[in-house]
Amino acid sequence: MVPLNHYLILSAIVFTIGVIGVLIRRNLIVILMSIELMLNAVNLTFIVFSRFLGSMEGQVIVFFVMAVAAAEAVVGLAIIIAIFRHRQTLDPSEMQFLKW
Amino acid sequence: MVAATQSPVTLDLLRWIPLIPLLTSVFNVFFGARLGKKGAGVLACVAVGASFAIALYVFWLLPAAGIFRDTLYTWIESGSFQVQLSFQVDDLTAVMLLVVTGIGFLIHIYSLGYMAHDEGMARFFVYLNLFIFFMLVLVMADNLLALFVGWEGVGLCSYLLISFWYEEPLNVIAGNKAFVVNRIGDFGFTLAIFLIVSELGRQGIWTLNFMELQKHVGLLSPGKITLITLLLFVGATGKSAQIPLFVWLPDAMAGPTPVSALIHAATMVTAGVYMAARLHFLFSLAPDTMSLIATIGAATAFFAGSIAIAQNDIKKVLAYSTVSQLGYMFLAVGVGAFSAAIFHVFTHAFFKACLFLGAGSVIHALGGEQDMRKMGGLKSYLPKTYWTYLIAAVAISGVPFTAGFFSKDLILWQAYNNPQSGPILWAVGWFTAGLTAFYMFRQLLLVFHGECRADEHVKAHIHESPPVMTIPLMILALGSIFAGWLGAPEYLWGSVWERRFEQMFGVHGEHLGSLTTEISLMLVTLAIVGLGILLAYVSYGRGVRLPERLSSLAGGGLYRLLLNKYYVDELYDFFIVRPFTAVSRFLAQVFDPWVIDGAVNGIAASARGVSFLWRGVQSGNVQHYLVGFLAGTLALLAYYLGQQ
Repeated sequence: MVPLNHYLILSAIVFTIGVIGVLIRRNLIVILMSIELMLNAVNLTFIVFSRFLGSMEGQVIVFFVMAVAAAEAVVGLAIIIAIFRHRQTLDPSEMQFLKW
Repeated sequence: MVAATQSPVTLDLLRWIPLIPLLTSVFNVFFGARLGKKGAGVLACVAVGASFAIALYVFWLLPAAGIFRDTLYTWIESGSFQVQLSFQVDDLTAVMLLVVTGIGFLIHIYSLGYMAHDEGMARFFVYLNLFIFFMLVLVMADNLLALFVGWEGVGLCSYLLISFWYEEPLNVIAGNKAFVVNRIGDFGFTLAIFLIVSELGRQGIWTLNFMELQKHVGLLSPGKITLITLLLFVGATGKSAQIPLFVWLPDAMAGPTPVSALIHAATMVTAGVYMAARLHFLFSLAPDTMSLIATIGAATAFFAGSIAIAQNDIKKVLAYSTVSQLGYMFLAVGVGAFSAAIFHVFTHAFFKACLFLGAGSVIHALGGEQDMRKMGGLKSYLPKTYWTYLIAAVAISGVPFTAGFFSKDLILWQAYNNPQSGPILWAVGWFTAGLTAFYMFRQLLLVFHGECRADEHVKAHIHESPPVMTIPLMILALGSIFAGWLGAPEYLWGSVWERRFEQMFGVHGEHLGSLTTEISLMLVTLAIVGLGILLAYVSYGRGVRLPERLSSLAGGGLYRLLLNKYYVDELYDFFIVRPFTAVSRFLAQVFDPWVIDGAVNGIAASARGVSFLWRGVQSGNVQHYLVGFLAGTLALLAYYLGQQ
């Protein structure tokens, strides 16, 4: 059986990839995907602990997270489409409308 | 000393005495122009007449009740501190009420004639009615704060009416001067009110009601009472034109003559005396203040009287005469003879109003001329004015069996009997009586006797005033004689007045001197009055004797000193007004733009500078913010992990 630490290290790696993606990518869609990566890294941690501790609560929370992530993706993509229609760009560094 | 604490009887009628003039005033503001000059004027007269009628009715009811009160509503309520807006009438208020509404009514009627040719007649009556309202609030207030409202209100109306002809810049300056000088006095008055509230409040008595104050006056320490009364007296010197704040009253003659008669002779300027009498229980506990008041009163009486003998403007003479007579009233207050002071207020209202209205009639006849050097011989042109003027002049001079004789002798007698000041103050008052007789008869002779010195075309238009002006004059002239008979001394038929006020002010003047002293003092006073009249007749009586005669008689320097009013205005200008304006100019032109604006702008500029530094942090780029977010999270994480 694969030990617990391996799962956690994998989860941390995936999470870090997500964080770096959010911070440095210049495309909103990729940033949104990076956020999904971070969410799923957390989901992985939940599942692993659920399995190792023999408790179902972690899995229940994962279903919640997936439901919320689906909703978030819908809203996020809708906003991105709306922004693209106005600005013809998806580069977040160009989106500084509130800055005077 | 403490009056029997009568419980006031409620009488809802009282509120209408001040309210009727107020309502008419407001009505005339909006509809006066539509009513026309005459309509507005008649309406105003009817209003004051109605107030007078109610006041008479209340006066008739008063002996049975003792004190009437009419509470409108609670004005201020803060914890246990309460100020009611309520009107109260006792004997003292009743006298003032009759003077204000009665004399006010006559002067209103007179104004119908005097102001008939003026465009602003409706406005004039709006102010005049408003004045009557505030004056009635002043005398009917049952607490110090409501009195102060009336006190300020009459000051406002005085200002409005002095600068009534506002096209003339001098009138506006005179109005401003009156307002500013009064403000100096009011400063003392407000401080006194604060002091009373805080001193009594500290001991659990939160009140400004006169009856309550009188009940609890024992709680105040003597030092505090002296301070309070001194501050109140500062207020009184402003309103009642005493040294050192008398300078506004002569300039106030810039207003229409009925205003001078009503506000600056008969009613408003006596408010200080009324206030002292109303708070007699405070003043009589402060002997130091009292002797100061007596001294200032006597000094003012003499000082103003001596200025009056050298003035050439018909109204200026009367103005200084008013200041002088107010000095007599404060002399009476200072020796504790409150009823004598109010008695002089009462008699003075008649003869001084009569003199002012007579002067107004003369000015009216001469088409606005006020210089007595261009008058003379008007006796045959204006017989009614002349005779009423003569009666009033005789009354103010103190010729026996006229009003001024009784009230002035009463004051002098009380001053003589005062153990503290005694004969010195009496002597000053005595000499001033001679001055009074001299300047009044000088004026009478200059204006009505001798040859007419007016220009030919002015002469052609001289006419006696219409009955609407002469009838008030005659009524006032009658009052100038008979008003004094209420307060005759014991050696004649005794004083109704004194008996009426015994209960309020306590039995005063334990008659230290004997009857023979009193009569001989009276004769000595008569002698100097006679001398004054004689001197006036010798100087100005036969033929035309211009004032130069007096100037050579008294030595040129003294005459110039008197003519220029002892240079008081110039002294004030040099020592107070100019340093004050210099400081103001410095503040306005240097301190304000550099220091105040500099500080304000400096704070604004430094805030902008700091913001400019920090605005770099807010790039507007979401990813930059997220870096900060991440850094913060990591720092928190490191912190909590480090703790374990």
